[in-house]
Amino acid sequence: MASGIQVASPVDVALSVRELTVSLPEGMERAYAVENISFDLKRGQILCIIGESGSGKSVTANAIMGLLPKAIRVSSGAIHLDGMNIVGLSPDKLRSLRGRVVSMIFQDPLSALNPLMTVGAQIEEVMAAHDVGTPASRRSRAMDLLVEVGLPDPQLMYHQYPFRLSGGQRQRVMIAMALALEPAILIADEPTTALDVTTQAQILQLIRDIQRRKGMSVMFITHDFGVVAEIADSVVVMEKGQCVEQGGAEQVLKSPSHLYTRRLIAAVPHLTGKNRIPLETAEKISILKVEGLAKTYRSGSALFGTQRIVPAVNGVTFDLTSGRTLGVVGESGSGKSSLGRLLIKLMECDGGSILFEGRDIAGLSETEFRSLRPKIQMIFQDPFASLNPRSTVGHILTVGPVAHGTAYRAAAERARELLSHVGLDTGAFDRYPHEFSGGQRQRIGIARALMFKPKLLIADEAVSALDVSIQAQILKLLDQIQRETGVSMVFITHDLRVASQICDEIAVMHRGQIIERGPPSQIFLDPKSSYTRELVAAIPGGQPGSMSQDESRLGHQRQGETL
Amino acid sequence: MTAIVVHAAPTRWWHSRAVARFMRHHLALVGIAMITLLVLACAIGPYALPYDTLQIDLRARFAPPLSGHHYLGTDPLGRDLAARLLMAGRVSLLVGFSAMLLSTLIGTLVGVTAGYRGGWVGAALMRTVDGFLSYPSIFLVLALAALLRPSPAMITVIIAVTSWMETARIVEAEVRSLREREFVQAARMVGLSRQHIMFREILPNAMGPIIVAASLAVARAILLEAYISFLGYGIQPPLPSWGNMLNGAQQYLASAPWLAIIPGAAITIAVTSFNFIGDGLRDALDVRNDHF
Repeated sequence: MASGIQVASPVDVALSVRELTVSLPEGMERAYAVENISFDLKRGQILCIIGESGSGKSVTANAIMGLLPKAIRVSSGAIHLDGMNIVGLSPDKLRSLRGRVVSMIFQDPLSALNPLMTVGAQIEEVMAAHDVGTPASRRSRAMDLLVEVGLPDPQLMYHQYPFRLSGGQRQRVMIAMALALEPAILIADEPTTALDVTTQAQILQLIRDIQRRKGMSVMFITHDFGVVAEIADSVVVMEKGQCVEQGGAEQVLKSPSHLYTRRLIAAVPHLTGKNRIPLETAEKISILKVEGLAKTYRSGSALFGTQRIVPAVNGVTFDLTSGRTLGVVGESGSGKSSLGRLLIKLMECDGGSILFEGRDIAGLSETEFRSLRPKIQMIFQDPFASLNPRSTVGHILTVGPVAHGTAYRAAAERARELLSHVGLDTGAFDRYPHEFSGGQRQRIGIARALMFKPKLLIADEAVSALDVSIQAQILKLLDQIQRETGVSMVFITHDLRVASQICDEIAVMHRGQIIERGPPSQIFLDPKSSYTRELVAAIPGGQPGSMSQDESRLGHQRQGETL
Repeated sequence: MTAIVVHAAPTRWWHSRAVARFMRHHLALVGIAMITLLVLACAIGPYALPYDTLQIDLRARFAPPLSGHHYLGTDPLGRDLAARLLMAGRVSLLVGFSAMLLSTLIGTLVGVTAGYRGGWVGAALMRTVDGFLSYPSIFLVLALAALLRPSPAMITVIIAVTSWMETARIVEAEVRSLREREFVQAARMVGLSRQHIMFREILPNAMGPIIVAASLAVARAILLEAYISFLGYGIQPPLPSWGNMLNGAQQYLASAPWLAIIPGAAITIAVTSFNFIGDGLRDALDVRNDHF
């Protein structure tokens, strides 16, 4: 493990962590948040720390920043910043280091920025807090920084409040703030996780550029191996507070030595570009036929002239046959989630038709539609919010069938069956949702959707909130269920890699419209529209190597088809 | 269909963080202790005392506290003050609790319906709430009490009718935010009826704020009952209540101050205790305090 590292000479090491152990308060699931980890961040390099949630990577970053919560403290080890050990340093000294020597950008730029201060004032505040410059020089420096991070129209941007900016712009402001005092080290804690793929690609590019230009050292925390492939010089892999592997990016990615790393890399969804093998049993019965579906959001009041009209779904048309999966991909705000909610009638549409098994359900009232509800079920995005915290799992699963007239005993029996089918202990029946992990909860959500033996499943970002390894398991489960039951699926996701794994056909949504539709091979290898091309190009760690192989394999397939 | 799913209580609820937070709130614990003491005293006390509330002891009129067998002294008719205080406590606490139950019930029904339905139903209900709130309720209470025959049950109804609005507002706001949660959408997805979703899925999640509002409502109901009875429109003598005991004590304030001080202290203790409990519950059940 850590024994393999030689101590590099302090000249070319910006940050070195030695046998760092951070203890957790009693009664937590483990005694240490991180245990005995050592690594070096070399000058002018990008070090990626990768691990699943709960692996201790954010705790490591906060320990270096001296920002650990009171209940969690460094119990042993050393953190050397420019040759100075900062463990046990007084809060005042730490404060003078923060921002000046090390600075940090956070995952959620909206909650990390002060909503009541203009962008310019926030950048200047960093300098003022360290008594750097005069008000005039700070102002011009802030302006320069806004230019540096590539924000359009810095003059205007200077006076904007954070809520007026997009997610990507906010993250650029955060980066400008972090750069204000030209720190030697930048710590980035999952800075692109909350962003769309295209924005993510831009921010990664920006961090890479700035790092090269300034010769900065960057410690980049992420859970996505795609991001690692994109920017890392070296990698530290963490699992449950331990550092299980470290080395050059090339080496770790190409020939991982630790089992856990191999598992993580294997779990990363790859853009296959291959078409899915269709189900053998699939007789082509049309399950769903959507025509000209439209939904417009209205906010404010027409009376007071403050009405805003946003078309969320605009003339969407597609069809789906039994046993097949349609992927709906797009960036946030593209209307893909609204589409899902319209299909299951959690929201009323404004126009168009939804033919489900030949019957138009778009105009049905809630009472008329209730008898059809069992046939269309949904798997929700958030495994924490989608299960009622006050109900037992058994209740959550059986309440629907019971309301539709199934006897409780039969429903409970089916619930137990399904629980073991989705990979949970049948003892889960009597327990409460909070006793389960995110992945397990998502399995409960899937079991709930299957209680009725539905004809159509709508999965709305069903794996987005999960770690990659769990993601892979859930995708496999969904695939298996589809092969067993022949259920049709509408799979809504922002992650093209995930979509490429499970979909027979993919529809790309942009501003409420489907702009391109086709099999994965077409969408990923030969996109027709420029927007799709942009999306595909932005996929982190996507194209290299594997892609060309796929392409050649696909070439054979295509030839086969034409013959 | 007899398939009613029995909710097992969440396992080990007394280990939960909310309980731990409540136990750290010392004033709330004092409140609990005081209320328990008061309730027990009012329930058992009258049987243990040697005097009845209506028994007149003419030789011991205006006896000060701790004189002879009258522990808290006697009133102008020579009736034992301790016996009357505890009997009055029964009436006042009963009115307070019942009014709280009734007002919480009305407030919850209105709040859940308005919050979940939204739209014009919600708007109509909430404007009704605003209407009730904008009416000076003490006048309404007095007018109603003057008009109707004042009995404990009637006083309870009158208090409840004029004090359910705050609960309604709290519940409406809570339900409106819960309505957007995914588990509610999931409940719609499996085809549950509106009533089922409102009262079986959403309501249990809104219990925190309702419990807090209810504990504060008891305090207010006791206070309101005391007002009305003090002004002579409430509980009518000879049935004692803390309010009408104060009323009777007015003329003797200089000569027999304990007649006012003792029921006054009982009201103060009851009201502050319920307020402390309410504060403790608010701190304990507020998830925003869940930092650590």
